[in-house]
Amino acid sequence: MQFTTPAGRNPIDQLKVVGKPVTRVDGPLKVTGNARYAYERHEVVPNQAYGWILGATIAKGRIIQIDTAAAEAEPGVLKVLTTLDRDPVPPGFRATVHLFGGAEIQHYHQAIALVVAESFEQARAAAHLIAVEYETAHGRFDLAAEASGAKPIADRDSPDSPIVDRVGDFDAAFAEAPVTLDESYATPDQSHAMMEPHATIAAWADGTLTVWTSAQMIGWHREDLAHMLGLDKEDIRVESPFIGGGFGSKLLLRVDALLAALGSKATGRPVKVALQRPLIINNGTRRAGTMQRIRLGATRDGRLTAISHHSLNGNLPGGFAEAAVAPTRLLYGTPNRDLALKLAILDLPEGNDMRAPGEASGLMALEIAMDEMAEKLGLDPVEFRIRNDTQVDPAKPERPFSERHLIECLRTGAERFGWSRRNPSPGAVRDGKWLVGLGMAAAYRGNLVTPSKARIRLERDGRLTVETDMTDIGTGSYTILAQTAAEMMGCPLGSVKLALGDSAYPASSGSGGQWGANNSTAGLYAACVKLREAVAARLGFNAEDAAFADGMVTSGNRSVPLAEAAKDGPLTGEDGIEYGDLDKRYAQGTFAAHFVEVGVDSFTREVRVRRMLAVCDAGRVLNPITARSQVIGGMTMGVGAALMEGLAVDRRFGYFVNNDLGGYEVPVHADIPHQEVIFLDYPDDKSSPMKAKGIGELGLCGVGAAVANAVYNATGIRVRDYPVTVDKHLAEAPQRA
Amino acid sequence: MRPFTYERAASPAAAIAAVTATPGAKFIAGGTNLLDLMKFEIETPTHLVDVRSLPLATIEDTEEGGLRIGALVTNTDLASHPRVKRDYGVLSRAIVAGATGQLRNKASVGGNLLQRNRCPYFYNTAVPCNKREPGSGCSAIGGVSRSLAVIGTSELCIAQNPGDMAVALRVLDARIEAMNAAGKTRTIPIAEFFRLPDFTPAVEFALRPGELITAVTLPPPIGGSHHYHKVRDRASYAFAIVSVAAVLHEDGTGRVAFGGVAPRPWRVERAEAELPQGSEAVVAAAFDGAKPTQDNAFKIPLAERALALVIAEGRG
Ligand SMILES: Cc1cc2nc3c(=O)[nH]c(=O)nc-3n(C[C@H](O)[C@H](O)[C@H](O)COP(=O)(O)OP(=O)(O)OC[C@H]3O[C@@H](n4cnc5c(N)ncnc54)[C@H](O)[C@@H]3O)c2cc1C
Ligand code: SF4
Repeated sequence: MQFTTPAGRNPIDQLKVVGKPVTRVDGPLKVTGNARYAYERHEVVPNQAYGWILGATIAKGRIIQIDTAAAEAEPGVLKVLTTLDRDPVPPGFRATVHLFGGAEIQHYHQAIALVVAESFEQARAAAHLIAVEYETAHGRFDLAAEASGAKPIADRDSPDSPIVDRVGDFDAAFAEAPVTLDESYATPDQSHAMMEPHATIAAWADGTLTVWTSAQMIGWHREDLAHMLGLDKEDIRVESPFIGGGFGSKLLLRVDALLAALGSKATGRPVKVALQRPLIINNGTRRAGTMQRIRLGATRDGRLTAISHHSLNGNLPGGFAEAAVAPTRLLYGTPNRDLALKLAILDLPEGNDMRAPGEASGLMALEIAMDEMAEKLGLDPVEFRIRNDTQVDPAKPERPFSERHLIECLRTGAERFGWSRRNPSPGAVRDGKWLVGLGMAAAYRGNLVTPSKARIRLERDGRLTVETDMTDIGTGSYTILAQTAAEMMGCPLGSVKLALGDSAYPASSGSGGQWGANNSTAGLYAACVKLREAVAARLGFNAEDAAFADGMVTSGNRSVPLAEAAKDGPLTGEDGIEYGDLDKRYAQGTFAAHFVEVGVDSFTREVRVRRMLAVCDAGRVLNPITARSQVIGGMTMGVGAALMEGLAVDRRFGYFVNNDLGGYEVPVHADIPHQEVIFLDYPDDKSSPMKAKGIGELGLCGVGAAVANAVYNATGIRVRDYPVTVDKHLAEAPQRA
Repeated sequence: MRPFTYERAASPAAAIAAVTATPGAKFIAGGTNLLDLMKFEIETPTHLVDVRSLPLATIEDTEEGGLRIGALVTNTDLASHPRVKRDYGVLSRAIVAGATGQLRNKASVGGNLLQRNRCPYFYNTAVPCNKREPGSGCSAIGGVSRSLAVIGTSELCIAQNPGDMAVALRVLDARIEAMNAAGKTRTIPIAEFFRLPDFTPAVEFALRPGELITAVTLPPPIGGSHHYHKVRDRASYAFAIVSVAAVLHEDGTGRVAFGGVAPRPWRVERAEAELPQGSEAVVAAAFDGAKPTQDNAFKIPLAERALALVIAEGRG
């Protein structure tokens, strides 16, 4: 199905099942432990052996030799593979590191050997006996120190944006502006910290390979594996029906899958491999830390006349830049702008996608800057944002937003949160020992449209089977796909059976970039349209005027049970959604306003978040329960980003020292207060026939700044270097409040 | 983890005999610390002697009116014991400020005292660490040291003692009972139990090889209001950046010890005498001679603020 013009009225608009607060259809499997994750798929193939990955203990240089004799002599050891046994595999899609092979070390904990043994413990113990001789080279590990050598670079995900993105004349406008702000902000390196590690079981049969793995994008993993192993992708099957979180870490193929495949090939046994948590952090990818500078110029009545946003991060040679300026392109209307990304070379683990790449880091800075500017202007921060709203792409005024209700998000949120009770003077509100503050931020995240296919079968008994390689990374894909099928075919939810996350099924959008829900359901919508046609034809109806409801197909005064259509054999509808240029003609985005109340201990400066509210404008909400879960998960991650998350790099050895979940702290329950989420319901007819948009990343965007702004309002201390921890606060506040 | 053998001891004497007889043997109680270290091969015992079925899991009143706590009492049971809650509130509060419910259900009093440090470099066997490999060097000096100690350190090691329970025990003047292979029990005042690193950072405790902790005793209650404030980067499930254990009396006197700042719970009796003068005087005296790094110098003003908070709480 080609989606080239805005969607008209369609069966989804009935909203009998779609849009309803349906609990997760896979919930019972999860809570009973029957949703098996990659490493626990003991049943899929017998005789599994265990692999343990050894990571390099230098960050840059070469391996002179690897002595595996002692490891090989250990009981239970089947095979030791080393990186010296083979040429480097080519880098995967969207990646710059080579995952295995060759003597060159590009970053700490790069995989250099795999031990395969009968038991996990044997493999791990043997790996400790491998002796490696290195030749260490000088590495670059300090972003600030490398800043001067940084080069301007294009935004990988916005190739049409100029490298230095200038509109109007920023310098002149900034020079003339009566009120200006010029501040620098820093965000640290972050880890995805998903619960389930990267893990794979691999098995070969007759030259074909099956991997049971944890992948957000089945197609990308399959193609990368084919590429790296020199196979035809048709000879690889990738299965990933349940995923314990990804946040971008599992978009791309990682070394667990590659080494499981190689280990299995070498031993003739199925082999399972997981990344140990330290390797997830030092061998996997990170959200690259940034140093950002923002300059704003405004008229006295609070209209932005100039905006400049420059962001620097570091990555391996050939790596990409964290597109922190992305939200600044579209969030506020300004006649003069100057946006640029710079990239320095750092020999750290590869910087790559993490939930809301670009926007999350960019808004952490931009939305503090907006708060600071509002204060300089003596304007309420909500009002300041309202004054600078835009209904068109500021760089291309002829390009409107498809739907944009940011002002309503801001107003609704302000009213619900009791924003008018905020005291604009910082440090003015007390509750016992607590200094209390309110903060807010606006949020933007793009809506990405991408092709997605699905197949739906009407079985003889009238039940429906949906097949697509779409993944559910904990987001609720199973549930919204079931709702889509039930709505389209006029069936109860319980009659829909889902088979997901398998490369044997039609290729979907996969999960990432908050594109999964809208695109995968739209692909299924297209397949359902095909099935409706087949059913209508079989029953002798005209597809256009047949209604599908309550298990019946009805046209005029004739009504036939849906199951009738399949009594002589199943009927299948298979199709996908493909998009025209509606996303070029219209800026498609999602918007939110975040409000936060914090208490800051007046003695120790410990911060406790007390209340949070998000108001989201993200198209049609397919399911308010799963959508809310996405947003509160994002808000939680935002609290982590604001207050505690950060990888600490050792600048001598070149690795992240807090490489486990004890050292890399993410919020625990006690950090998270009551969270409220409001969805404005504005179906977007230009996004897809579902009229939905992304939600999963919007919930994170802006939250960090809202927390930081609340801390400022509570204390009068502005920390511009995330996370806002007690030590930074104390450095700015030598006196007790 | 290296292969090891395992036995369950039938009596304290048998446990001690087994550990003494086998080179490289260790006791194991809850295993919440030891097993993690074994997985990283930071600890490589050849033989484990499981002490969990020994009859050392009771809490009894002592003749002087104090408490005798068996070494195998779980952290959960100790924190929720009615007399501990009533008479030694600082201990109860310190314990529940540590780890999580699941861990406290497993963790024992003896094991908690002997938990090893949380210096990030201690956990990476590829980098130098004098505690792990004496003489190899200290990676934390000149590295990431935000969480580490500011006082009581040496040129060889700047790791802090990470425990919470021990800070409260220090304020309460607890004594540790240890039994040796000859069946003799000695008691070690907690002030002497944790060794400063000096020239031998790998030697952390005053326990001799083969000695089994059998109990911890508390002197009779000292009254006062009991406080434990633990500052960390998140609200729960994190080690202290700084913690303060205090017992405060109405006349302004009291006792105070700091956690997270030194290789042992940091109590300086001379500093404590300054309590009536307020937190700044106490901290100035307690941290006299401190040698913080650039990363962790904030711990001293933070300790002062945490103590000020506790004093304010004490005044109600
Ligand atoms: C994720 C995590 C978070 C944590 N957070 C905190 C925290 O916030 N605050 C805190 O204070 N602690 C914390 N801990 C540490 C925890 O308190 C200790 O792991 C626990 O108290 C150890 O007790 P155990 O009985 O399990 O000891 P084990 O692991 O069994 O033993 C530890 C050591 O003591 C020795 N040993 C045990 N019993 C005896 C005995 N009777 N005599 C002689 N030697 C003995 C063992 O040989 C071993 O060397 C945390 C631990 C983990 C894993
Ligand atoms: S501080 Fe102590 S534990 Fe840490 S690296 Fe140095 S010697 Fe090892």
